[in-house]
Amino acid sequence: QQQHDDLSTKKLRLTKPSKSAALHVDLCKATSPADALQYLLQFARKPVEVESVEGVVRILLEHYYKENDASVRLKIASLLGLLSKTAGFSPDCIMDDAINTLQNEKSHQVLAQLLDTLLVIGTKLPDNPSVRMRLVEVACKHLTDSSHGVRNKCLQLIGCLGPVEKGVTKEAESQAAKDVQKIIGDHFNDQDPRVRTAAIKAMLQLHERGLKLQQAIYSQACKLLADDYEQVRSAAVQLIWVLSQLYPESIVPIPSSNEEIRLVDDAFGKICHMVSDGSWVVRVQAAKLLGSMQQVSSHFLEQTLDKKLMSDLRRKRTAHERAKELYSSGEFSSGRKWGDDAPKEEIDTGAVNLIESGACGAFVHGLEDEMYEVRIAAVEALCMLAQSSPSFAEKCLDFLVDMFNDEIEEVRLQSIHTMRKISHNITLREDQLDTVLAVLEDSSRDIREALHELLCCTNVSTKEGIHLALVELLKNLTKYPTDRESIWKCLKFLGSRHPTLVLPLVPELLSTHPFFDTPEPDMDDPAYIAVLVLIFNAAKSCPTMPALFSDHTFRHYAYLRDSLSHLVPPLRLPGRKLVSAPVSPNITQHEDPSQQFLHQSLERVYNLQHLDPQGIQELLEFTIRDLQRLGELQSELAGMADFTATYLQCQLLLIKALQEKLWNVAAPLYLKQNALASAAAKQILEETYKMEFMYSGVESRQVVIIHHMRLQAKALQLIVTARTTRGVEPLFGMCEKFLQEVDSFQRCFISELPHMQGSFVDKLLDLMPRLVTSKPSEVVKILQTTLRQSTFLHLPLPEQLHRATANIIEPTGESDNPLRFTSGLVVALDVDATLEHVQDPQGTVKVQVLYPDGQAQLIHPKPADFRNPGPGRHRLITQVYLSHTAWTEPCQIEVRLLLAYNSNRSKASARNPKSTWSESLEALPPSENGIEGTIPFSKPVKVYIMPKPARR
Amino acid sequence: FTACSSCPGAGQDVGRSCILVSIAGKNVMLDCGMHMGYNDDRRFPDFSYITQNGRLTDFLDCVIISHFHLDHCGALPYFSEMVGYDGPIYMTHPTKAICPILLEDYRKITVDKKGETNFFTSQMIKDCMKKVVAVHLHQTVQVDEELEIKAYYAGHVLGAAMFQIKVGCESVVYTGDYNMTPDRHLGAAWIDKCRPDLLISESTYATTIRDSKRCRERDFLKKVHETVERGGKVLIPVFALGRAQELCILLETFWERMNLKAPIYFSTGLTEKANHYYKLFITWTNQKIRKTFVQRNMFEFKHIKAFDRAFADNPGPMVVFATPGMLHAGQSLQIFRKWAGNEKNMVIMPGYCVQGTVGHKILSGQRKLEMEGRQILEVKMQVEYMSFSAHADAKGIMQLIRQAEPRNVLLVHGEAKKMEFLKQKIEQEFHVNCYMPANGETTTIFTNPCIPVDISLGLLKREAAIGPVPDAKKPKLMHGTLLMKDNSFRLVSPEQALKELGLAEHQLRFTCRVHIQDPRKEHETVLRVYNHLKGVLKDYSVQHLPDGSITVESILIQATAHSEDQGTKVLLVSWTYQDEELGSYLTSLLKKGLPQSTA
Repeated sequence: QQQHDDLSTKKLRLTKPSKSAALHVDLCKATSPADALQYLLQFARKPVEVESVEGVVRILLEHYYKENDASVRLKIASLLGLLSKTAGFSPDCIMDDAINTLQNEKSHQVLAQLLDTLLVIGTKLPDNPSVRMRLVEVACKHLTDSSHGVRNKCLQLIGCLGPVEKGVTKEAESQAAKDVQKIIGDHFNDQDPRVRTAAIKAMLQLHERGLKLQQAIYSQACKLLADDYEQVRSAAVQLIWVLSQLYPESIVPIPSSNEEIRLVDDAFGKICHMVSDGSWVVRVQAAKLLGSMQQVSSHFLEQTLDKKLMSDLRRKRTAHERAKELYSSGEFSSGRKWGDDAPKEEIDTGAVNLIESGACGAFVHGLEDEMYEVRIAAVEALCMLAQSSPSFAEKCLDFLVDMFNDEIEEVRLQSIHTMRKISHNITLREDQLDTVLAVLEDSSRDIREALHELLCCTNVSTKEGIHLALVELLKNLTKYPTDRESIWKCLKFLGSRHPTLVLPLVPELLSTHPFFDTPEPDMDDPAYIAVLVLIFNAAKSCPTMPALFSDHTFRHYAYLRDSLSHLVPPLRLPGRKLVSAPVSPNITQHEDPSQQFLHQSLERVYNLQHLDPQGIQELLEFTIRDLQRLGELQSELAGMADFTATYLQCQLLLIKALQEKLWNVAAPLYLKQNALASAAAKQILEETYKMEFMYSGVESRQVVIIHHMRLQAKALQLIVTARTTRGVEPLFGMCEKFLQEVDSFQRCFISELPHMQGSFVDKLLDLMPRLVTSKPSEVVKILQTTLRQSTFLHLPLPEQLHRATANIIEPTGESDNPLRFTSGLVVALDVDATLEHVQDPQGTVKVQVLYPDGQAQLIHPKPADFRNPGPGRHRLITQVYLSHTAWTEPCQIEVRLLLAYNSNRSKASARNPKSTWSESLEALPPSENGIEGTIPFSKPVKVYIMPKPARR
Repeated sequence: FTACSSCPGAGQDVGRSCILVSIAGKNVMLDCGMHMGYNDDRRFPDFSYITQNGRLTDFLDCVIISHFHLDHCGALPYFSEMVGYDGPIYMTHPTKAICPILLEDYRKITVDKKGETNFFTSQMIKDCMKKVVAVHLHQTVQVDEELEIKAYYAGHVLGAAMFQIKVGCESVVYTGDYNMTPDRHLGAAWIDKCRPDLLISESTYATTIRDSKRCRERDFLKKVHETVERGGKVLIPVFALGRAQELCILLETFWERMNLKAPIYFSTGLTEKANHYYKLFITWTNQKIRKTFVQRNMFEFKHIKAFDRAFADNPGPMVVFATPGMLHAGQSLQIFRKWAGNEKNMVIMPGYCVQGTVGHKILSGQRKLEMEGRQILEVKMQVEYMSFSAHADAKGIMQLIRQAEPRNVLLVHGEAKKMEFLKQKIEQEFHVNCYMPANGETTTIFTNPCIPVDISLGLLKREAAIGPVPDAKKPKLMHGTLLMKDNSFRLVSPEQALKELGLAEHQLRFTCRVHIQDPRKEHETVLRVYNHLKGVLKDYSVQHLPDGSITVESILIQATAHSEDQGTKVLLVSWTYQDEELGSYLTSLLKKGLPQSTA
């Protein structure tokens, strides 16, 4: 029967717009508090419309006063809070009632909940100071409550709503203008740790809202650092940090002495002390905050790495110091004897300070902590501090290098990245380099690549260092041949950074001999290529080096310059034909010759508007070919060249399609011949999407041109369809749709239209009034002529343009061993790929698996599967689950990466959201022209799999 | 109340840990170790010291063992079975699991190899273990009604624990051996701010501050790696448990990381059994092992295999862990003799070597060794020393003291001279008393115990309502009657106390005479006084009774004429003890006299 009742009330709710009545009925029906609670719980599950909120609130309040049971009152109080959060509802009308309910409430829990509700109400009314004042007053009154929960909420409320500007509060409410900071500060010594925490958090909240905290709090906060409870200490560390940022230069006295130091130094010392706290949460917090205290004086900063060793009361040198000494005395890597670390001089027992008050050894402790969270935080802090202080960077090097051997990979990776970030400040000593290079043998690809990245921007001090690095890199190459590209790149930078250090090594590296000819090395040996990459890059800024080359080296240079042009720079070689030197050397000053070439060829294309059709086609074909070749040769121009080539390709296709003779033939005859035109239209559409979404750096100027091209393709499509289909009905819809698109194009790109004189769209818009009224067949005719007459739009090039590329490293596709698994079950395939210049890969990159039966599967990798090893580069390491019914034979499936796009979420709209057209775009219903699709952007990789039938 | 502790074993000396603590009438023995250096009676602590005559069980409330090293638990079977102790013995689960293996091994060496008699037997070890109660970390174990103990993580070796012993509000923390820096398989010691009255800390490295572990680890790995790459063999003599596992993990992960293929062997023996326990007690290891054991238990070594005698002659590189650690006998020595002649090989000594052992000789640079049978062995292989110790250094000890905030510190398990330094530092920096008793010396520490008293809620509320709002940080004065009955303290209201004790209530009244110069009649004087008081004491009920007296609350005032001088009136003020405050105020008020203009 209960069930029945329930159903009927539900019906009532559906028919009546006001929920209040239904609730009222429900609550009146409730016989016991438990019943009432049930009704309220049910009620809370459904949203309430804005209009009926106030009514509902009134009813709830009415019941609140009647209710004796605390739990029901609690629920009502929480509902009040929920309801006042409703968007569009202004809760000032219920504030008085809410405050009134506080007066007679006895239950602490309900009180706390009510205060919470008031907090919600207060935050909903941000620009009403008098309401806020009142609420703060109420909160102050309840601060003396004996329950921690109530005090907690009061402090929270004061923190969130307390007056921030002094001026506003001056008026009538004089007693409320009491200093909020003082009120909160008084509760720093509360008996309950939760209230203490809340007080500190409220203070931090005030700070976040823009109130300048008083410096007097500092000493109070310092006392809280010794609190028994970790959450208090953790909050106190934050507070101290805030104060140290507010008053870095004020002077505070050092207790137990007459000296005084800067506040930021004092705070730094105190936070350093917390790095060896008993609770790891506090340690993480402290270590993190240290990184952002850059105003600290270098004296204190350098103390953090200081640790005095001793053994039997005698001073001992650390391994770091010993290594440094060994290095400076010239006997590097002598191997250690027993007693090498024997303690030296005696220590004055009085002078040893075992527990340092200051910053001493904070990072030494942090980096040795047992929790890796603390270690990572410490490494991060180290990184930030070292970035701002070169001398500190030099000092922390030893410690960072040590971290390369941490047991947790994340920490190792983090420290390698850190080292890379500070690499401009440091030069590696040979012994440090040695340790760094030892990590090259790590089995984790991430680590190795990070290390290559690091070596790319490292300064090495000696030629032995370079040699060592080369030897280790080659060792790495033999052990992990897949690292080839990354190692070559690394050597490229290593060479170009240290030409003078490479110079003396050249004869040895090329194994040339003054008298004898040595055998010519194998040109396909990756190791030999690696050596050559190093040498050629060094030779670029070292003109004397080519003199040391032997004949075959020059030949190899020519070959490599051609095949690995992104790794081998152009060299001016004496006495030889300039292999790929610029045609006229005097223009190189201003612009790269290849860039010049690009622009020149484009100019040519744009200028020759009125060539005969045949000529235009040929010119376009040649230019496209040139551009593609240029892209292969000049990696930095690849994006630009490809982009323009694609554009020209589209134009070429369009021209070709229009040149077809079929347009003159009567309709029935070219039914089968239209294949070319419609295919061209389709391809142009595809290419335009590629142009829009695959390149990073596309600006709105380019987007217009791309859209314009797309519009032309659509027009072409329309014409072809009109020609081939019988009957007018389907054409109506198509025409309408096309006109709509023209319309939206006009709206979107209104600002760009003046630049498009004589273009297809320009002409089309002139004819618009005619088009709208005419019949489809007429529209098609007009379109056809406009399309033919329209001029070719000039594509302006942006500063930087990069094509999104993806390369699947794993699976390699070379395996002959099929991956066997039982049909119906799944097998996990590891996919490892590098992505370049992909924006927001988490949202756009998908993995596609194509089965031999044509079945395709689209997999969305988890956001966590993407790593970001460097700017513009991403790495996808994920697992793809495959499954299929049983096959009789192993067969290959294809795995490729796709770039998903949505033409609605155009990149241009994200870039300049203020432009007029994006606003109008938002007004459009999203489904109108939102085409979602995918662009394959990696070479497919074949994987051999074999689903076996399940054994019975 | 005192908490005293005396050390039969582990005073200013390393080895033979055994400490006796009496705390608030309870006697607890901490650790029961043996001395490795002696082979006679001196190897065990002198238990007769504890009770001259009488049974140990009657005297000791419990025995606590901190970890499984023999210098902390070696004398346990002797103590419980041969001397005779039947009370509870507490240790952690891993200690309970591994301890008997080591004891059995120790027994075998002493009895079977050296042929000693009058030593404990296997059965005794088993019987002894039956008396052991295992505890978990942070579990509070109630030994009896008053005595409770609690274990904290101590690092050092698997299952090592620090113990807090608490009776009433007095407490002692015994650290055992601990390590404040984490290593490859164990975490760092941790204790909360328990503020014990006494912290008994080991002080092995009282005067040492060590370098970071990473450098040592890196050096170790680099050396092993280089030797293996050269095709050499590496011998690492170790003791079976503790550091050996750390080195294994270190090498195992390194092999994994660097994709190395050279075999690593571990000479079997105790290790296999012990390794099994390492696999089981994952919760006692460090963060990395705990987090990754779901994928792979780090102690399931992939690269480390059991060693066979025949492998030593295999060609190619290899790494071998072999016992014992000082190269004085057994397998490690055999392998050493085989490999010593090749300069490609290397021996790494991971710990301290006692004088006289082969280990010590080669470490001090001797290249020609005389073996038994007058053979001369020329050592061409490289000799490396790598210290991996798991004791807290001076800094670590200070850090622990900072964490626990004890009121007194007592140093044990260290050398006197070194302890002196640390003691001075502790006193200087923490301003707490520090002690360092010698063997057999007793230290008495006076504590300031707080005594909990029960108070009835009614009384508490009544008293709390009086006076200003209570401030939790400040002591508050309360009135009540302290009842000491059946060993418990209660604070009750006087009425209840009387009732409970069956005593009649006596009333205490104060009477005071105040002379007032007033020539008027008595009743007029009374009226004047009445009006005056009424005017002054507005908050109190002042009544004029028909019999001519005045009452202010319960205070009675009567006026009579002075027998000699009629102009002087005598005011008789009388109040009970409870109204003392008001009464004395009234008298002082009346003594000031009446205002003149009241006529």
